[in-house]
Amino acid sequence: MIELEGLTKRYGEKVAVNNLTFTVRPGMVTGFLGPNGAGKSTTMRMMLGLDNPSAGAVRIDGKHYAQLRDPLTYIGALLDAKATHGGRSAFNHLLCLAQSNGIPRARVGEVLDTVGLTAVARKKAKGFSLGMGQRLGIAGALLGDPEILMFDEPVNGLDPEGIHWIRNLMKSLAGQGRTVFVSSHLMSEMALTADHLVVIGQGRLLADTSMSDFIRRNSRSYVRLRSPERERLLDVLHRAEVTVTEAGDGVLEVDGTTAEHLGELAASHRIVLHELSPQQPPWRRRSCGSPPSRWSITRTPTTPARRRALPPGGPPAGASPGPRAGSGGRGTERWPRGRCCDRSGPRSARSPRRCGRSASPVSSPSRSGR
Amino acid sequence: MWTLGLAGVVTIALGALISILSRNDYDGLDAEDRFAFDPTFISFAGMSLGQLAMIVFGVLVVSNEYSTGMIRTSLAAVPQRGTFLFGKVVVATLLALAVGLATSFVTFFVGQAMLGPYQARLGDPGVLRAVIGGGLYMTLIAMFSMGVAAMLRSPMLSLGILMPFFFLISSILGNVSATEKVGRFLPDQAGSKIMQVKTPLDDDTPYGPWGGLAIMVAWVVVALAGGYAVLKKRDA
Repeated sequence: MIELEGLTKRYGEKVAVNNLTFTVRPGMVTGFLGPNGAGKSTTMRMMLGLDNPSAGAVRIDGKHYAQLRDPLTYIGALLDAKATHGGRSAFNHLLCLAQSNGIPRARVGEVLDTVGLTAVARKKAKGFSLGMGQRLGIAGALLGDPEILMFDEPVNGLDPEGIHWIRNLMKSLAGQGRTVFVSSHLMSEMALTADHLVVIGQGRLLADTSMSDFIRRNSRSYVRLRSPERERLLDVLHRAEVTVTEAGDGVLEVDGTTAEHLGELAASHRIVLHELSPQQPPWRRRSCGSPPSRWSITRTPTTPARRRALPPGGPPAGASPGPRAGSGGRGTERWPRGRCCDRSGPRSARSPRRCGRSASPVSSPSRSGR
Repeated sequence: MWTLGLAGVVTIALGALISILSRNDYDGLDAEDRFAFDPTFISFAGMSLGQLAMIVFGVLVVSNEYSTGMIRTSLAAVPQRGTFLFGKVVVATLLALAVGLATSFVTFFVGQAMLGPYQARLGDPGVLRAVIGGGLYMTLIAMFSMGVAAMLRSPMLSLGILMPFFFLISSILGNVSATEKVGRFLPDQAGSKIMQVKTPLDDDTPYGPWGGLAIMVAWVVVALAGGYAVLKKRDA
């Protein structure tokens, strides 16, 4: 459990983190979302006692970080993948950390195996790629087998296999009842891993809510209609008290009803439809309101199969992929929008097999040893 | 670590070279200078360059953490910053002391061998003190550099200040008569006093060899205290 209370950090005039109060609870993955420069890393550094807050406090299991004895056994953090002594081998780097916190030497080999770096354990860390450095950082976080884990942008530099692996790792850690706190500027990444979401922008808390709530509140689904008898269709819709937006090119967008209902409505009036398609716009580009105005998010391709793997509400790790509960098809599936903007990218590009698969989270990808 | 090796090699080699030159010069010296001839101190002439390698060692030990970002990992592992700095300085100091003493003794013996007939012996009064003092001097230089690096954090900045300071400014101040009295209290000038067995004839320094070392220790304490204060207060 991590508790933040009125946490504030000022650099001169600039307020990097502004009066943050929230709690990171055990047993789930808490996402920490915000655009670049929102104050995510600063907040995480203050959690670790690296930066002194200008006001407020962070408590880890009720204590300040500096009061923890052998802190790595309480909280493991990946902050900066390159924060290693380049001349040291991966093994020695971890050994130093282990010895400073009374962690047995055997644990070093274990975590190296977990992250798939055993083959390069004796190589100097400065020769590591970003992805390998990231894995080494994760190994350092896992070293003390801590109850609380913190990852700052863990997917950076990882290959697709690695990304898949870290997602499952985080879910399984949370499934074991641990506290997992992970930052990202990618909503799509958060939607896949996090059960709870803390959103900040320009240092201020924007949302502290469950992922399913956040998605419900920030998404909009609508039905796209095209018809050669546009005027008649509009009439019918008006009489049925359905709100219609004209989107140009003869396209009508209808909120707040289902495609089924609209189809039946058109049929009963014998109106020809050229298009009747439910849309769950993932992250439509839209200028945002006040604080995160420059926030743009690159969406990674999303497939239905992958979404099924993570129904809202947060599945236990290893939940079997299966059809989503709840009917209404895609019409009821909502994606956040509004606060954040994005462009829908090309669909798929990722095999459903991989996306839906829930591998054993601790098993490292086979290719990782390179 | 290569810096420690370099410190040793440079000090020994230069000490030996100067000793050879001094030996050849000795015949040309007048009686007064012969009286003040200090074979021990001469063999330590290489120290002025060797100490630069010690400075590099001291600076890199501390500032390397900052340039790699390792400091954040380290402080996350050991959030008690006093303990962290203390531990680091103790380990580095012991290393520097081992190398410093070894260098000092080897330098002395090689230097004396080169001086041939004019050599001093370890049993001569004050000689053992000077040789051990040479090791202590190098150690203290390294510690002073660690303190400065902990305050400045950047290796470039630290070296850029320390190198010219010890190599140029200190000797300029010490050789210009107006500033001589100030220069005398600089860490290296005060500290190097311990390596002298015979005081130069025109010497009016107000402290002895141990007094000089004490002045240097004071400098080191101030530098380390400053480094600790900065580490404690500033964000990592």
